Amino acid sequence: MDSNPNENIIEKVTNKEYEFGFVTDIETDFAPKGLNEDIIRLISAKKEEPEWLLEFRLKAYRHWLTIKQPTWAHLNIPPIDYQDIIYYAAPKKRKELQSLDEVDPELLDTFNKLGISLDEQKRLSGVAVDAVMDSTSVKTTFQDTLSKHGIIFMSFSEAVKQYPDLVKKYLGTVVPYTDNFFAALNSAVFSDGSFCYIPKGVRCPLELSTYFRINAANTGQFERTLIVAEEGAYVSYMEGCTAPQRDENQLHAAIVEIIAETDAEVKYSTVQNWYPGDKDGKGGIYNFVTKRGICRGDRSKISWTQVETGSAITWKYPSCILKGDDTTAEFYSVAVTNNYQQADTGTKMIHLGKNSRSTIISKGISAGYSQNSYRGLVRIAPNASNCRNFSQCDSLLLGDKCGAHTWPYIQCNNDTAILEHEATTSKISEDQLFYCNQRGIDTEKAIGLIVNGYAKDVLNKLPMEFAVEAQKLLSITLEGSVG
Amino acid sequence: MENQNIKNTQKQFIEYANNSMDKISANDTPRVKQLRQDALKRFIDNGFPTKKMEKWRNSRMIECVNEDFNIDRIENKKHDFCCVIRELDTEAISLTNGKFAEEEQLKVLENGIVIGSTRKAMQEYPELFEKYFGTCNINDNNGFYDINTALWQDGFFIYAPKNTVGEKPIQIIKIIDEENNPFIQTRNLIIVESNAQLQIIDCDDSIKEQSSFVNSYTEIFIGENAQLENYKLQNLNDNSSLLNTNTAKQLANSRLQTHTISFNGGKIRNNIHVDIDGEGAECNIYGLYLVDKTQHVDNQLKVNHNVPNCNSNEKFKGILDNEATAVFNGHVHVAPNAQKTIAYQNNSNIILTDKAKINTLPFLEIYADDVKCSHGSSIGQLDQEAMFYMQQRGISKENARMLLMYAFAAEISNNIGIDALRERIDDMIKRRLKGELSSCENCVFQCNTPKEYDFKIDLSKI
Repeated sequence: MDSNPNENIIEKVTNKEYEFGFVTDIETDFAPKGLNEDIIRLISAKKEEPEWLLEFRLKAYRHWLTIKQPTWAHLNIPPIDYQDIIYYAAPKKRKELQSLDEVDPELLDTFNKLGISLDEQKRLSGVAVDAVMDSTSVKTTFQDTLSKHGIIFMSFSEAVKQYPDLVKKYLGTVVPYTDNFFAALNSAVFSDGSFCYIPKGVRCPLELSTYFRINAANTGQFERTLIVAEEGAYVSYMEGCTAPQRDENQLHAAIVEIIAETDAEVKYSTVQNWYPGDKDGKGGIYNFVTKRGICRGDRSKISWTQVETGSAITWKYPSCILKGDDTTAEFYSVAVTNNYQQADTGTKMIHLGKNSRSTIISKGISAGYSQNSYRGLVRIAPNASNCRNFSQCDSLLLGDKCGAHTWPYIQCNNDTAILEHEATTSKISEDQLFYCNQRGIDTEKAIGLIVNGYAKDVLNKLPMEFAVEAQKLLSITLEGSVG
Repeated sequence: MENQNIKNTQKQFIEYANNSMDKISANDTPRVKQLRQDALKRFIDNGFPTKKMEKWRNSRMIECVNEDFNIDRIENKKHDFCCVIRELDTEAISLTNGKFAEEEQLKVLENGIVIGSTRKAMQEYPELFEKYFGTCNINDNNGFYDINTALWQDGFFIYAPKNTVGEKPIQIIKIIDEENNPFIQTRNLIIVESNAQLQIIDCDDSIKEQSSFVNSYTEIFIGENAQLENYKLQNLNDNSSLLNTNTAKQLANSRLQTHTISFNGGKIRNNIHVDIDGEGAECNIYGLYLVDKTQHVDNQLKVNHNVPNCNSNEKFKGILDNEATAVFNGHVHVAPNAQKTIAYQNNSNIILTDKAKINTLPFLEIYADDVKCSHGSSIGQLDQEAMFYMQQRGISKENARMLLMYAFAAEISNNIGIDALRERIDDMIKRRLKGELSSCENCVFQCNTPKEYDFKIDLSKI
């Protein structure tokens, strides 16, 4: 095979500009740099939070001070100066917004550029959007439709004001502030996020969606998402992320908590496209997120689907605790790394309930100089009988400078469990390419075809609106890499 | 409490080392002497590994370390026996409590292969020690390795010079016969030079029910085009602890096949590290563990593919009964330029009770793109449909169960290249599954009169 066109293709891919790398000129309200109890009090005061939430933050902060950033991940993380980050940045609020017309036009423009129109057009696609810019939620659409069904979907800080009891009841029950270093940090300084509550027996008629964007420089984004599905409820939730192009690294440490009661079902999809840094690995977002769901009631189901193409460093393990009997958990992931990106991602499936089942499908694609790791845990508790897990983790290597690694931890404490794990690592085979070439498909298209086919298992699980976006993203990131 | 125990043991070791280092290293070559001192220094700094270390997290080996062990006053006995497995003709040597009898000389076989004591070999072949001893990489540098390097006194030495082919398998019988809680360090060296071929059977047995800790470290060097088959049979009493570290270095077109078969033994940890340094080399690492009661088996594997065009194959299977626990930690590392590597890892387990536990981690770390690497692991029970099928055809439940487990284990034992040994091990697996102590325990005395054993049904008619 002629190697020249391939080299051109690599060049093309690596030179590909990050297309969401614009900065929006919006007046922003900053807190001073650094982190101490005063900053936390300031954040809490700005958001007019109740006393118990401030206490929660301070407790988390005091715990955070006692622990160190973990080093076990297969990642090369330059030291982070936690005092050099702005922990609160928000588009300046003029007054309470009543309708879309009052939203800053620049802001609307930003979201239009991202392809999320906050206005009525969205009714056609039936998506309710909560857009979070820097640290605060800007606008939630479709409140009326949702409230008809008794569904609460609003920004986190609003929920704290309107439904403090609900928030208090569930906050930190799935990811306690003691869980890990970044969870503690987030619990101390989280500024906003989304809160979603589906009452008993309600099937949410819309896809709910949150769009996160970091805009201001030197800021960290620490949002918190809390989803509660009561008995028999169903919700499909989507999350998208972008950030401007900057030379310095920015920290994103979010927490997502999902609670599924008896017979409830929650589908959580992420298309993560934070700025990955330039082709020399300069800049980019550190995406250190704690995501966890609990199938609390019997027969409940949680499904994570993620397409990870952005971030300089991705370090997250969307996990499920299968507490109820006959519960189901799924994890579908495509992680793409290019240039100097690093990813250490995977999942944890903790089986506590009887007859609980989990499926893990993870597809890693590494190109350039990137390192892509899958790290997963499947644990069967002693009393969890008749559990079933199937894991499949495949890695595709494009280029000889990148790495793909697999760490599947399997811990079985029960004799009735059936656990299977399989993984393969390979490159796109010459045979496949030859087959396509022979049929008049050029190498570039053939690779696109093969990669999309490879990731199909996961892409099929995404809601329609996201699947299109994800497929586009994949082709942008990988279009015609080496064979 | 446990920590205190380990610290005290550490202190004991350091004290012992300081007092008797001169005596131990009196006849050492300069290189070995230097290695001892470096290792002791490291041990003083780092001590024994702790459960906080990734590689030791699930291991129960550390629990076994306590101050009751007897480090120095280990009797040097001479047992006169040979292992007579039916029709298995071997060149046998035996070590009692990790040592050869004082008067025993190195054996030079007709074709020039040398077998015998490491201590003696160091004096007679110092040039080999300078070249090979202590040059292998080790999976995780830890206190057990350091203490072994610092304090070893004996072990077995096997040297196959260029172009030699071992006529008979070499059998090493290691017996623990010491009432006094011995903590034994054995240091072994296997050198297979280019074009040589060798089969080694390495048996670990204990005679009485006393507790013991064996810390054994074996370095294996395989030259170009050389072949080595290494069979390790582990059959100790329930109170013993065995830490078995094997590190191998393979040159171009060499072939290594190891079998680690753990029948019995309180706590066993097998640490196998293979560096593939020459193109065209192949290594097959097989393992089988059949454990029950509160036994613990921990297999730590690492294969480093440092050069292109090599194959490696790791296959470990286990059946866990009662409250037994097992750990499998496989690690394949493919270096950036090691293209065309084919690596396979597999760990399958059958758990028979709800108290048995298994932790498995097949780990791939790959930095080259043109490779075929895959791994799989499974944990499950006997296939109910297969059970039903057999029961429907008049095979009792008990026998059906046995047949399935036997078939599961046979996948490993079928790869054994010495016919008599394979038959013997097959037989032992059957007996083990039947619940009779398979026992090579009291090895010497039972092998002489091999008991015919068959399933109640005639296998040939199925």
